[in-house]
Amino acid sequence: MKSMMMKSGLLAAAAVLALTAGVSADPVDEQLVIDGQEMITRAKAPEGHPFDEVLSGWLYREAETRKLEEDSFDNPGMLSVEEGEEIWNTVEGTAGKSCASCHDDAADTMAGIAANYPKWDPDAKRPINIELQINKCREENMGAEPYAFDKSGQKELTAYIKHQSLGDPVSVDLSQGEMQQWWERGKDVYYTRTGQLNLSCASCHEQNNGNYIRADHLSQGQVNGFPTYRLKTGLTSLHNRFRGCVRDTRAEIPKAFSDDLMALETYVTWRGTGLSVETPSVRQ
Amino acid sequence: MASKPRIKLPKKASAGEVITIKTLISHEMESGQRKDKDGNAIPRQIINKFTCAFEGATVFECDLDPAISANPFFEFTAKVNESGTFKFTWVDDDGSVYEAEQAIEVA
Repeated sequence: MKSMMMKSGLLAAAAVLALTAGVSADPVDEQLVIDGQEMITRAKAPEGHPFDEVLSGWLYREAETRKLEEDSFDNPGMLSVEEGEEIWNTVEGTAGKSCASCHDDAADTMAGIAANYPKWDPDAKRPINIELQINKCREENMGAEPYAFDKSGQKELTAYIKHQSLGDPVSVDLSQGEMQQWWERGKDVYYTRTGQLNLSCASCHEQNNGNYIRADHLSQGQVNGFPTYRLKTGLTSLHNRFRGCVRDTRAEIPKAFSDDLMALETYVTWRGTGLSVETPSVRQ
Repeated sequence: MASKPRIKLPKKASAGEVITIKTLISHEMESGQRKDKDGNAIPRQIINKFTCAFEGATVFECDLDPAISANPFFEFTAKVNESGTFKFTWVDDDGSVYEAEQAIEVA
């Protein structure tokens, strides 16, 4: 009798294992083409990367979600990009300038630019991303108030500027200034377990990408499509997503553009080296 | 209230071809059922009618109601037999009319 019970217990354990294996799902093997332009969604990982191949989050999404990104007309994020274009041409501040006053047509002057951010900012002695670059420009050149995090069109203008690099491969220059040290710090942040759930970025996006966490298909956590259009929250900035992820581990949430998150942005952007900029990507 | 409407249809088609037309307009579609911070009702302002016509003949039209969400998007098909112009019209509750048009060449 006892041995029979043990046997059925083993069988049940085997059934649970089979179930777990059943819910894991690989990224799809498809090509992302946006309005006829091919995107790089699979790239050979840079040296020192834990993966052989880096994969865009697009490959992990459902067919309906993937389709939304293939046509810029269907992509709901493009409405925000158009709003960003209006902001680009709007005069603000005491200097009486708009972005366009100095940078003219973004289609020419901003093409490919955002694919190389974050960059080293020698004035602030820290990495600078597009959002902070916009604020720097507003303060120094336009005489305008810097945008508060996620407010007054910061996301839309960032999306517009990044969209000008659509299709260009992400590449961060770590030889500038102290970028290498910030990369190291970002790596520490990435692998440090935090919060009541004791999770690091790597727990989900490195060890479990391709698996499901409840109904969510975990991706490699690439940032090449930010600001991204999320089906549940609309246009979402990278630092908002970082903060959301950290909140879900039930840890204390770092401030947007804080040193920790700028280091993390530097490191995570590097982890997506070679992927096309997809801004505004469409994600879950 | 609304920004420029967007339309997407092919510039060229062959005679008798069924083409797909997509339209999108930015509009808040305020339902009239919400209240502001002070508890006052926010008045309804929606786009209440959409029409697509080809050379004066209606191809597609519909009435919109308050349950339609912001930035209404339409996708429909039309059979084209000859060259001409598609005209699109959105009518706002405040009487504004937003228009767009695009020609198609049929070979």
